[in-house]
Amino acid sequence: MIGQTETLRETEQPDVAPPAPERRRGPEEPETNVKEEIRPIVRYRGITKSFGSHQVLDRIDLDIRPGEKVALIGPSGSGKTTLARLLMTLEEPTSGTIEVDGEQLWHMERKGRLVPADEKHLHRVRGKIGMVFQHFNLFPHMNILRNVTEAMVLVQRMPKEEAEARALAMLERVGLQERTKHYPAQLSGGQKQRVAIARALVMQPNIMLFDEVTSALDPELVGEVLDVIKNVAAEGEMAMMLITHEMDFARDIADRVLFTDGGRIVEQGTPEQIFENPRSERLQSFLTRFRGRRADDAGTSAGSMTAAGRE
Amino acid sequence: MWHLLPPLLDGMKTTLLVTLYSIAVALVLAFAAGFGRLSKSRTVRGVTLVYVEVFRGTSLLVQLFWMYFALPLLLDVRIPAMSAAVLALGLNYGAYGSEVVRSCVLAVPKGQTEAAIALNLTPRQRMRRIILPQAWRMMLPAFGNLQIELLKGTSLVYLITLSDVTFRGMVLRSSNMTETPAIFGWILILFFIVAFALTRLIRFFERRAAVGRG
Repeated sequence: MIGQTETLRETEQPDVAPPAPERRRGPEEPETNVKEEIRPIVRYRGITKSFGSHQVLDRIDLDIRPGEKVALIGPSGSGKTTLARLLMTLEEPTSGTIEVDGEQLWHMERKGRLVPADEKHLHRVRGKIGMVFQHFNLFPHMNILRNVTEAMVLVQRMPKEEAEARALAMLERVGLQERTKHYPAQLSGGQKQRVAIARALVMQPNIMLFDEVTSALDPELVGEVLDVIKNVAAEGEMAMMLITHEMDFARDIADRVLFTDGGRIVEQGTPEQIFENPRSERLQSFLTRFRGRRADDAGTSAGSMTAAGRE
Repeated sequence: MWHLLPPLLDGMKTTLLVTLYSIAVALVLAFAAGFGRLSKSRTVRGVTLVYVEVFRGTSLLVQLFWMYFALPLLLDVRIPAMSAAVLALGLNYGAYGSEVVRSCVLAVPKGQTEAAIALNLTPRQRMRRIILPQAWRMMLPAFGNLQIELLKGTSLVYLITLSDVTFRGMVLRSSNMTETPAIFGWILILFFIVAFALTRLIRFFERRAAVGRG
């Protein structure tokens, strides 16, 4: 984590500019070099998203390195979730491009031109991305084991026995090996979310999106889910995009924190920079408001904001 | 009184046959038209909408007459009474059923589709493995209602010459008017028994589909 902090500091630019290392390379250097260097696992370029006349994202540029843990914080409605949903192909960008592991996600090449991707193309690229949702979205008609094995069998064409062995190993990692024959309705929120994490993890994505995964949980169940995610993050090789209101969690786990507001990335940097030395006024007031709110109900939740006490 | 039963039971055979065939046809049409209404293609949506509205919006009796009396004249083909009855009942209740299919597919929470996309299931797998099993469970009670209505609808088929239980009752009645209450009493009982059996059948499917729910 310290090492990554150093890299980020070098490339850190004022406010809005993304600190992607590649962008600092001179244009005279050949493209091939870029590819041999660490190529970003995800690269947003000029991504804009509007719902009707309401613009949610405004020309977002963002690179995420393989294995990098990026936390997105910001007021609700600032576009964090949409950023993840565009990557998961749940929403289509209004304009701009997204590359996943060097390949266009929403576009494909046809006769030398970029055209909108078809389902086949999306299916191919989407396999590198996984997502955990705020409301778990487990399949209620399947037991826990089947929730986890289903996609391995259907999508990765894995033999059932192998899929079950891997699912059991993963369920053990999230502490639910006793519950494999239960149905989602029989589990607590925290257990459901851990199953959802296991279900996404067994697909071995290169980048995993966590969309406010503790927001729908009772406060006392938040801790068990965050612990699982921290555990997974510690293994390292998978990139993560964490949309969260748990500031302590973001600080612990993230290599880089992005603050979004009004559809733009307003500020980004290491957790230390963002939480202890926020520069933009909007981030400062966001953090103040956040701390104020957390101070009111201090100590009630497992992930409660202790940063307030640090100042 | 018991002497009335054998001819009525004989007629019941026809009633049951028409009912079972019509349920099969209606079920297939309900799914075909239900998915047609949800199609991406405007043409498919348009065609199924016309089918659904026409068959829901006109009377079953007139549809039976059309199939059996009018269509043969127009197309110069002869449709057996049984086929005409099954076709009319199937098309009519298939139209109602398609709305059940459509609304239940739409009623599955959007998060289910999104989770299936996130796991990279193909559109077909999403529908077949995730959406339909959940929608099916919601369709069953409405299907149960339609099934029983269809059963009762079969009492019209004697008007296109089929000798179903209602027809047999009419014949018995014309030979001895005084037995009218007994005849229609039996017919009520027979319909009720079949309807009850159909209800149990649906319950069985409902229990099977309820796996995993509290």
